[in-house]
Amino acid sequence: MNARRVLIWAAVATAVVVPIAAAATSPLLAWRDPVYILAGFAGIVAMAALLMQPLLARGTLPGLSPKRGRRVHRWVGGALVAAVVIHVAALWITSPPDVIDALLLVSPTPFSVWGVIAMWAVFASALLALLRGRLRLRPRTWRLAHTALGAVIVAGSVVHALLIEGTMETVSKAVLCALVIAATGMVIADLSGPANRTR
Amino acid sequence: MEYPNTIKTFPTRRTLLAAAGAVVATGLLLPARAQGLAATPSMRGGANNYRPGAPIVDRIGGGGFWMTGTVRRAGDAALLAGQRIQIWAHTTEGHERDPQSHGATLTDANGAFRLEMPQIVPAFGQPHAHLAYDDAAFETVFLRPVMASASDTSLSADFVLLPV
Repeated sequence: MNARRVLIWAAVATAVVVPIAAAATSPLLAWRDPVYILAGFAGIVAMAALLMQPLLARGTLPGLSPKRGRRVHRWVGGALVAAVVIHVAALWITSPPDVIDALLLVSPTPFSVWGVIAMWAVFASALLALLRGRLRLRPRTWRLAHTALGAVIVAGSVVHALLIEGTMETVSKAVLCALVIAATGMVIADLSGPANRTR
Repeated sequence: MEYPNTIKTFPTRRTLLAAAGAVVATGLLLPARAQGLAATPSMRGGANNYRPGAPIVDRIGGGGFWMTGTVRRAGDAALLAGQRIQIWAHTTEGHERDPQSHGATLTDANGAFRLEMPQIVPAFGQPHAHLAYDDAAFETVFLRPVMASASDTSLSADFVLLPV
């Protein structure tokens, strides 16, 4: 157990736990019913998953072989889809007209369209992963497509989250978003690296 | 080539510029009054979680936040007394869809309304309120003003109504 491995895992754990814990202290929670609170936290968990995904894809996390990391990436991907569905469904239960407006891209709020775009990119990314074998995608094509969708997911989700005034605490939200962008940036940079040719 | 006299005298570019300048100056100095004050269009999402027939109340819930505004008639901009305005929002005491979050008030003799309600808190990403005029005399209007800051303790929204 060397110090570097511990530090990396500690850093990742901190990056995920702090925003969730900070949101748990939001004064807004006192004035929301359980379903609405669930909607909010599903969104926060989804954002935390967006930090894990690029780290898992790159094999950055010590103790996880690249193959194991990709396996966990698939499971977290499934969890991400679930978190997004729960987020939207619980919001719909809380206020159906507001969610219908958002899904139809006619919401008065500026952040809704970004969330909807990110949502469809999450679904497309998962669908592509499920159909990858059937479509007989070449490894490089698959990586380009999945990474491109990942970039859309991250961009949409970050803009969505930063424009919202809600239960997430402002600084921890900004830090998490910055880390998600950095981790995703590393994956995009990897596309032109030597690893791309062997996988 | 020799240009005929008509091209030189009418209309020269100088004449056109002078005429255009005169029209612009007139337009700036004497704004057209024919249309008058325009009616307020309904705002997107304004009708979300609307419950028709909210009761006229002295105060919604425990109070602490002031919703104010004026109601005018389109065209002559006359202030309208006795008009019923409905108000609802997500507050410290309830969700937008809860019946107790909805209330109505009447404009006074000066066409102004003010209704005390519980503190509005951010919902669906923005601290905002919903207001509606939905009686028979004028076209229905829904407003959805956004607060500048969630810590504000008042919000104002004005109606300009189109006679039916």
